[in-house]
Amino acid sequence: MTVHIQQAALLMTVQDGGRRGYQRFGMPESGPMDGWAFRCANRLVSNDSGAACVEIGFSSAELHLAGRSLLTVCGAGYRLLVNDHHLPLWMAFLGKPGDRIRLEKIPGGNWVYLAASGGILSAAWMGSRSAYPAAGLGRQLTEGDRLPLLGSAGEWEGLAGRSIPVAARPAYSSNPLIRVMPGQHLARFKSESWEIFCEGPYSLSPQSDRMGYRLSGPPLAHQTSPDLVSQGMVLGAVQVPGDGQPIVMMPDHPTTGGYACIATVARVDLPLLAQTEPGIGQLRFKLTEITQAQSAWSEATGRMDATDYFEEDTWTGF
Amino acid sequence: MTSSDLQLPNFFPVGEGAVLVLFESLPIPDANRQVCALDRRLKGSPLAGTLDWIPALASLLVLYDPRQITLTDVETWVGGCLLTLTDQDDQPAQQVEIPVRYGGLDGPDLPFVADTHGLTQAEVVERHAAQIYHVGMMGFMPGFAYLLGLDPALATPRLATPRTLVPAGSVGIAGDLTGVYPLASPGGWRLIGRTDMGLFNPHQKPHFTLSPGVEVRFIPVEDSLRS
Repeated sequence: MTVHIQQAALLMTVQDGGRRGYQRFGMPESGPMDGWAFRCANRLVSNDSGAACVEIGFSSAELHLAGRSLLTVCGAGYRLLVNDHHLPLWMAFLGKPGDRIRLEKIPGGNWVYLAASGGILSAAWMGSRSAYPAAGLGRQLTEGDRLPLLGSAGEWEGLAGRSIPVAARPAYSSNPLIRVMPGQHLARFKSESWEIFCEGPYSLSPQSDRMGYRLSGPPLAHQTSPDLVSQGMVLGAVQVPGDGQPIVMMPDHPTTGGYACIATVARVDLPLLAQTEPGIGQLRFKLTEITQAQSAWSEATGRMDATDYFEEDTWTGF
Repeated sequence: MTSSDLQLPNFFPVGEGAVLVLFESLPIPDANRQVCALDRRLKGSPLAGTLDWIPALASLLVLYDPRQITLTDVETWVGGCLLTLTDQDDQPAQQVEIPVRYGGLDGPDLPFVADTHGLTQAEVVERHAAQIYHVGMMGFMPGFAYLLGLDPALATPRLATPRTLVPAGSVGIAGDLTGVYPLASPGGWRLIGRTDMGLFNPHQKPHFTLSPGVEVRFIPVEDSLRS
């Protein structure tokens, strides 16, 4: 059984939890831009938290289903229409053969995840189904592509209608306040740089992609040179090249970089950053301590993995 | 390497689950020997709770799960490793020979490199192929190795404007480093030759021909400088 792509979005790939353990060879982890929505989507359809989903970004898409499956769409900036009927995001629903699943781009975010019970069963390389087109691992999906699914909603059929309660979803905002920790190279910037960076505001440049989010706003000045001997980089690192405009490292980021990093975005807030719309959203940053960011993250993942996380069958129909 | 060479690195926490181990006071070749030794230790008997690590020329970024171990655990482990390094930790894992067609269409910047240093193209090839290099780090793209050990007489700055497309297998020079592009990509290294040897294969193991610490030699193939 397959899901058939009728219209592909601008950025549309298969992503799972990521390709781990190869960063020392220069291979990025990849994985979802909004790890929160991705995790919720998998939870709703009873998948492992890292099962492969279709990541859809920046423009409308349409998919046709050729079998039964428990499906859901989680994320922001999209409206879901199944056979022209509006369905809410963050809710599991039963997809039937011939169903037309339309994801219409609207303001409010950039990315959604389509999850199916059993996961998207596309090709895997090096232990992951995440596409990383820069290295020839998978590619952007296009019209006519067919993605394999399990093909039966089976024991999961009864889960249709359950949803993630509003209070448990990420608090997306067009002007988010993002928590950051001081970067390992903060001392290489002029003394007022941290305040300038936090105060912002920064908007997202349209040149942003799965590798990096380019911010435009108040420039940040280095003490001497922006260049350093290349070092490993983490997801969420805020790198500042010579032009003083920060770049936030997203899941396809290069594993090493040669520019000073002023900050690291707290993982718990990365999804809010990922969903900030280019040219529209205004980003501001706020200091958090490493230990606070660690507990915020483990609290959030713990909450998501809790069994009583769902609202059962609250959907009252069209 | 003996403990008298030992210089403890600086530790910088990076976000919730990483620490940068930085050897900033050592010259890069010395720093890199310590980095590669730590890399071998991590491969051989990893510290539980470590998720991944990224060796670089003078640093090692350790990614860990903060629910299992703390920053202090990583610092203690790294310090302990460095104190107990032996000569065995300093041995290169393996040597890889890479056949290269130098010059012509495969190495469009060979004339520039030769002119810059007042050498003939043949002398550049001879010097480039005479060295034993070692992989100081990987990065930029999957399988791209930054090789230490370039003859200082060949050190050449990058292109001011990178090429939009460098063919896979291109061998280049950037500053005092040399390397091979495993995949076609944009790039600013000065290209002096090209190899047909695959350096990255996502479909079968080993996925990467090179890894940090490996020794590399370039072997000029017969039709070098002819095309």
